[in-house]
Parts: sequence; C-alpha cells; structure tokens
Amino acid sequence: MLGKLSWNAIPWDQPIPLIAGSVMILVALAVVAWIVVKGHLPYLWHEWITSVDHKRIGVMYVVLGLVMLLRGFIDAVMMRSQQAFAFRAAGYLPPEHYDQVFSAHGTIMIFFAAMPLMIGLMNFAVPLQLGVRDVAFPTLNSTSFWLTATGALLVNLSLVIGEFARTGWLPYPPLSELRYSPGVGVDYYLWALQISGVGTLMTGINFVTTILKIRAPGMSYLRMPMFCWTALAANLLIVAAFPVLTATLGMLILDRYLGFHFFTNSAGGNMMMFINLIWAWGHPEVYILVLPAFGIFSEVISTFSGKPLFGYRSMVAATMFICLVSFMVWLHHFFTMGAGGDVNAVFGIATSIIAVGTGVKIYNWMFTMYGGRIRFTTPMLWSVGFIVTFVIGGMTGVLLAVPPADFQLHNSLFLVAHFHNVIIGGVVFGTFAGLTYWFPKAFGFRLHEGWGKAVFWLSLAGFYITFIPLYAAGLLGMTRRLQHYDLALWRPWVLAAGVGILVYCGALACQLIQLVVSIRRREILRDLTGDPWNGRSLEWSTASPPPPFNYAVLPDVRGEEPYWQIKRRAIETQQLSAEPDYQPIEMPRNSPTGFITAFFCTVTGFALIWHIWWMVGLGLVGAYAVFVWFAWRDREEYVIPAAEVASVDRARRRARAEWLAQDAREEWLAAHPQPGGSA
Amino acid sequence: MVKSVADARAGPRCRGPQRAPGAATIAVFATLALTGCSGGVLQPGGPIGAADSKMLLDAVGIMSAIVVPTIVAAIIFAWWFRASNARARYRPDFVYSGRLEIIVWSIPILVIMFLGGVIWIGSHELDPYTPIASHTKPTEVQVVALDWKWLFIYPAQRIASVNELVVPSGVPVHFTLTSATVMNSFFVPQLGSMIAAMNGMVTQLYLEADHPGDYYGESAQYSGDGFSGMHFTLRAVSQNAFAQWIAAAKQSGPVLDRNGYFDLLRETQNVRPFTYRSADPTLFEAVATRQLPPGPGPYAGNAGANVRSIGGR
Repeated sequence: MLGKLSWNAIPWDQPIPLIAGSVMILVALAVVAWIVVKGHLPYLWHEWITSVDHKRIGVMYVVLGLVMLLRGFIDAVMMRSQQAFAFRAAGYLPPEHYDQVFSAHGTIMIFFAAMPLMIGLMNFAVPLQLGVRDVAFPTLNSTSFWLTATGALLVNLSLVIGEFARTGWLPYPPLSELRYSPGVGVDYYLWALQISGVGTLMTGINFVTTILKIRAPGMSYLRMPMFCWTALAANLLIVAAFPVLTATLGMLILDRYLGFHFFTNSAGGNMMMFINLIWAWGHPEVYILVLPAFGIFSEVISTFSGKPLFGYRSMVAATMFICLVSFMVWLHHFFTMGAGGDVNAVFGIATSIIAVGTGVKIYNWMFTMYGGRIRFTTPMLWSVGFIVTFVIGGMTGVLLAVPPADFQLHNSLFLVAHFHNVIIGGVVFGTFAGLTYWFPKAFGFRLHEGWGKAVFWLSLAGFYITFIPLYAAGLLGMTRRLQHYDLALWRPWVLAAGVGILVYCGALACQLIQLVVSIRRREILRDLTGDPWNGRSLEWSTASPPPPFNYAVLPDVRGEEPYWQIKRRAIETQQLSAEPDYQPIEMPRNSPTGFITAFFCTVTGFALIWHIWWMVGLGLVGAYAVFVWFAWRDREEYVIPAAEVASVDRARRRARAEWLAQDAREEWLAAHPQPGGSA
Repeated sequence: MVKSVADARAGPRCRGPQRAPGAATIAVFATLALTGCSGGVLQPGGPIGAADSKMLLDAVGIMSAIVVPTIVAAIIFAWWFRASNARARYRPDFVYSGRLEIIVWSIPILVIMFLGGVIWIGSHELDPYTPIASHTKPTEVQVVALDWKWLFIYPAQRIASVNELVVPSGVPVHFTLTSATVMNSFFVPQLGSMIAAMNGMVTQLYLEADHPGDYYGESAQYSGDGFSGMHFTLRAVSQNAFAQWIAAAKQSGPVLDRNGYFDLLRETQNVRPFTYRSADPTLFEAVATRQLPPGPGPYAGNAGANVRSIGGR
C-alpha cells in the first residue's frame, strides 16, 4: 500500500534531523495557522498563489531562494563545525549524516537558492526593463515557480522522511546506483531535480520568447539594458542545457528503477558517460547563474556611477561569447580521469578562453566607474566587492584549467574555495546588489542603508576569512568532503574557516535586522517618485510598486537608456511629457493552474521516491487533468478600464511633477548659469 | 645522498621552501608562507610534484601580472571617482573609446594565448601516462580502490599490501589503477599528479620520490561513508630497505587469492595497514576486466534511511 514507506523511514534515533525537521514543520504550521486565523488566506490565494503577474512571481521566487539560502547556510555551518571538531575525532555528525549534509548543501544552494534568486530577479526586472506588461506565457511562469517550489519541498521533506543523497551534489555513478546507494536519498535528489528542472526549462523558454518577441516599441536589441542581454544569454543556456540534465538524470532513474545499466559497474555500463553528460549541463549552469549577476552589476555600476555602461556593445559581445564558449569546456571537471595530453590541453585552453570575455567585462565595469560620480550605496558596495573578489576567483579558476595544476588541486579544498569564490563573489553578491537595488521598486520603500552596509562588510570579511584558509588547506593536499581527518597540518586552516563562518552568522543577523528595521521604518524610507536611485532604465519610470499593468502606456523607446533621456528632457524643459491618451488594458487572469499542477507533481514525486505506485498514477492523472482544465478555459484576460488606468497614472504623474518642481529644480538651477559645464 | 634512516622515517618531511614565492604572487598564496614547513603540493618530494607545482606557480605568476594591477586599479577608480571627491572630473560622456576597447580585449587575449602555450606544453609533458626518464626500470604497483581502502599489489614481488605503500626512493614507480567499487582518485600530494581509479577501466600514473620519507596519500574522490578513512602512507625507502621490506612481507600475513579478495571486497572503514605474504598476479587483470564482480555495496537489509554500512574492522 505504501511502497517502501514505513515508520522506520523517520530517523527516530537521530536527534539533529528530527529536531530540525520538527522545528521547520512547526514554523510552517504556525505561519499557515496565523494566515488562516488572521483571514489572510483569501488575499494570499488571490494576490499571490494564483498570481500570474511576473512581479509577484519574481518576489515569490526570491522569497523561496532566501529561505533555501538560509537552509543551505545552516548546512554550511554544520559542515564547518563538524570539520573543526573532527580532528583525530569523530565530531558530532556520523559519516552517513555528514554525507547527506554536504550533498544537500550543494543541491540546495545551486538549485533552490541561487537559481530561484536569479530567476526571481529576472522575473521581476526583465519585463519592466523591456517596457512591457508581462512575460510571454504568464500562467506557464506561475507553473514554473510552483514546480521549483515542489523540488525544494521534496528536498526538505527528506530531512524527516527517509534520507537525502549521500553522493555529493552531483550523484556520480556507480556510487549513486542502487548497488551502492540502496536508500531513497538519491531518489529524493533525482525526482526533486526532475520536477524543478521542468520548471526551469519552462522559465528558459518563457524568457527567451519574451526577450526575443515582446519588447516595447523601439526597443531594438542594441537598446536593451545589459541585464536583459545577460538574461537572454542565461535563458538560452537554460534551454540548451537543462534538457541534457533531464536526460542524464532520466537515465540514472532508469538504472535505479527499471534495472537498466547505463552507468552501472555491470553489463557494460559506463559511469564516465554520466560524468561527461552531467558536466555538459553543469558547466553552462555556472554561467546560467553568473551571467544574470553580471547584468545586475552592469545596471548597478552604471546607475551609481552616474554614467552609461562603458563599451556597451563590447559587453554584449562578451556576454554572447561566454554564452557560447561555456558549452565547450565541460571536460575540465575531470582532467584527472586520464584522457591524455591532447584532450586535456584543448579543454584547458578553451576554459581559459572564457576568461577573455570575463576580463573584458571587468575592464568595462572599471571604465564605467572611471569619470563617474560614484555614490557608495549598498548595491554599489556589493558591486565593487564583486569586482575585487571575482577577479581572484577567476584567476584561481584559470589556474585549475591548467591540467598539471589541476592534477594537484582537483577535488581539494582549493577547488571548493575557488567555486565558492566565484559563486559567492559573483552570484550571491549579485543577488544582494540586485535585491537592494530593486527592493524599492518591488515594495515602494528602500532597505535600510546602514544595516545593508553592515551585511556587506561582514559578508566580505566572512567570505575571505572562510575561504582563503580553504585555499591554503587545498594547497596542503586536503581533499573535500572529509568527515574527519588526522593531519595536524590542516587543522589551523580548518579552524580559521570555522571562524569565517561565525562572521557570516553576524552578516545573517544583520540581514534579518535590516529587513525588520526597513519594514518598521518604511514610511521614512518610502520611494514616492518611483526613481529612488536616479536610475537610467525604464523600470524607474513607473511607480514603486508598479501597477499590475506596469506602464499605463507602453514607452516609446528612442535610444539606449530611454528613461534617462525622458528624465533629462523633463528637467531641461521643466515639465513632464504631455498626458497620454489612456486606453483600457487587457491583462491575463490569475490562475491556480500552476499551484494545483505542482501539488499533484509533489504527490507524484513523493510516490515515485517511495514506490507507491497507485499514488504515482493519481498524481499524474491529477496534474494532466489540471492542464486540460486550463486549456479549456474560455476567458483568458480581464480588462482594466481606461478610467482606472488614468487614475493610477495620474497619481504617478503628480508625484513626478512634485519632484520636478523641487529636487530637479535645484539641479536645473545649478546647471543653467553655465550650460555645458558638465561636458 | 647522506641521509640517516631515522631522518627518512620522520613523517611528512620538512625541506624548507624550495622556491621563494614570486613578488607578484598574490595574497592567496602569500598566506601559505605562514604555513612554514607545509608538506602540501608546494613542497614537492619528487620530479612530478616539482614540475606540477612549478607549472602552478608559473601560471599564478603570469596571471598575477595583470590580476594584481586590475584589482588595484579597480579600487583606485572606485575611490577616486567617489561623489564626494571634488577634484575628480565627472565625465558622463566617457562611454566608448576605440583605443581602450582594443586594449581591453587585447590584454586578456594575449595573457590567455601565452597561458594557452603553457597549458599545451604542460598537458603533454606532465601527462600522467608519460614515463619518467630514468636509467632504472620503474617499480610496478597495481592499485585497486576498494570500499574503503587501497589495495596495492606488487606483481613482480607477488606480495600485496593494504593502506600502506612502500616504494624505493629515486626510482620511478609505475602505477596501474582500477577500482573494484565506485570511482576513487589516487593522490599523494607531495609527489604530484593524482589519477582516477574506475571500475572496468585501467588508468596509469608515474611518480617518483626523490628521497626516503613518509608521504601522506589519500583518495581525492568522495566514494561513500568510509571515504574519510581511505588514506594511506607512502613510505619511500632506500633500495636496500625496500628489498628488506619485501622479504619481511613474504614471511607473514594472509594470502591474497580469490577468496582472500572476496573477503577484502566487503565494505570496511578505517582499515589498519597490513600486508599479504603472497598475491595472485592475475588478480588485477581479473578485477579490471570485470571477471571478478564489483564490491557488493552496503549491507542491504532495509530500504529506507536505515541502510548502514557494516562497521569497521
């Protein structure tokens, strides 16, 4: 009846996952109870859960990403503390638990923290920057999100029901085959990723379509903000790479469920095939994460330097160059398999060639700052911190692309330090820059600057104190994923990294305080004009938060940085552009399709993991029925009457007019005694 | 070559830095200076390790030549052009410069071209399959990765050892490697290159220890619950001491025939080193070609979370 599921699946004898799981369940139940009792459920259902608004979906993605970032961070604290204790000792986590912790850490951080955070920011900002009302397929977008949430839920479920994979974040066979991993851990991993992977692929298709086909009038490719370009590159990579992941994991599923032998030790299976295929997805994945971050830094550096992005076309070329070459380097993840000099050399050189594109970007950001008037707000601090940190990470990356160096450093803590250097320095710094930058656009008030800067400085210090010692430990030959170790040589560095994670805990505390303080002081931090940073791209031309339709009238784009031009014109002429002729706007109706489909997919995934076959059938039929029900709908859109559009937009125009009469007036007066003074 | 035996057995050895770090070596590597006698990959004990780490430091040197100025310039630009600095000239129209674009693309391209040459030469010269030039014939060692210990078979001497590898110093060692279980990676940090050991496949590696000494060896590829205990000591000893060790090993210990091998195949953790007084010379071939079945994996009495491996020896 219940397949492999029994009371024994709950780790009664292991207090850590049991307590952690119970706390998570209690918190979740308390939140749900509070929502229901306070009567927020209808609001949540109508405005968020069933929403197909790209801004709302973006916010939900970010919230999911932040919660998972916290979970992954707790795993990191456990790993660092285990290694700090486990010198010639057993530590407090036995191998079978420690192995789950590091596997979950990697899986959660990449798939359920970094990916949702980046996709969330793209969801929020890309349609606004393109000057349009929504993405190409709004309901699909909602489904994508809920499928990602399904994956995250399944991974976290493994904490209390059964176990998670003990294979590392990429389940290399034959370790991940049934023979060596007979438990449900790998199955949790596989189904969580298969389900969320479908969501990610749909996001990729959605955004490629949106960027290629749906842009404001006049928004030609070479007028798109840099973030849209990097989003396009990242989503092209998703479309090309995620099917590879799905197919690869699909083959492992066939091995485990139906006795196939793609990657087994028997019947002619070959595990090297898996490793090639998984990295054919895995390396582009790195760029799927970091390219949008590059876009965020481009926006932030340009905005706070008070200059357009230097060498815009060069940046576009470098982005697409990275997008292309990232598919040709996967073999550098296993130079030590003995492929021979020619193969290793070709892939080593291809890998270092990517550094050309990245190098060009770094220099262009520097020249964007050159001649600027830099305001060191929190997003700008993250960006400068990124440049310095990422250059170091890039260098150690190219170093690992030199095969003889990799022969000594592969799989060592040096490698661990390297990829944290680029992922934290690139993706996480980019996320926090982007969050702080677009927060006022999403919620109508800025985040508190002082606490934000504290988060930045503690994160920066925490990063270096944690990972520089790991570089050193790696050079001393310390390999990764050690549950205990005996070499006194490594100990000081492991302890230093433990101190670093404590500093990070400080950053986390400041981040939580920042959120609370900002919400409590939101009236002081209110963004009235919709343009809190003196921005340059279109999203700053609409109100904060934007109305559901984003723009009352689609912007007419006449060049790069359209909003900057509009703003200069307004300041020069001391008046807003003429009030447009408001028309009724058609918007897509909200739909619970995504949520209900994902509910059934959760049921299916859980049933597949535990071999509860009747429940698998139920879930699949349910998910399919929801899709058919959605396809049968007869009303897709609702109309916002012209009067409502007009009233919303007039409120925005009043705020703008006030700003023009006060703040902008001073700037105009200062500039006009000597016109051309800024040239 | 005047080295006392006591000196030779003094654990991972301190030979002092062989090369002062280059002036351009950045902070990441400067931290290593603090380790003093390190025993890591930058303290090589043989020609392969020395060549690998030379390549490593060369690459760092080449890249530091632009990376360090870039970091410094980024910080200076950001600081000088801060909004509060009245002396900095605001140039909002400075958004394109053909000359700068050429430089911006050329610098990384030139560095990568140079580094590409280094990579090409290094990959070929230091390919692990390339024999070490030497007037003595290499010592043959067959390596089998098991759950979770290393089996070293000496086919010429017809003995074998577990988690202890004794080799003559000053003589190249030719390793042929396979795995009777999941993938592992054979790595002796101070001697240089690691290489994967995989089931159904044979990889090769040449290493040499210049001087007698003990070197830490490990698996550099996570292989399951017992992985952390899967390390060994590589003892490089004089040729005489090696012959003595062989002779001593032949006197005692169990026999590594097929039955002995099946016994070894079961999952065990933190296995203490021991030797076999005799070893079947066809065993490695039989493992590598999958004539002998792979390791059975964990004790499968239960399907859920409670699948545990059977305990250590």
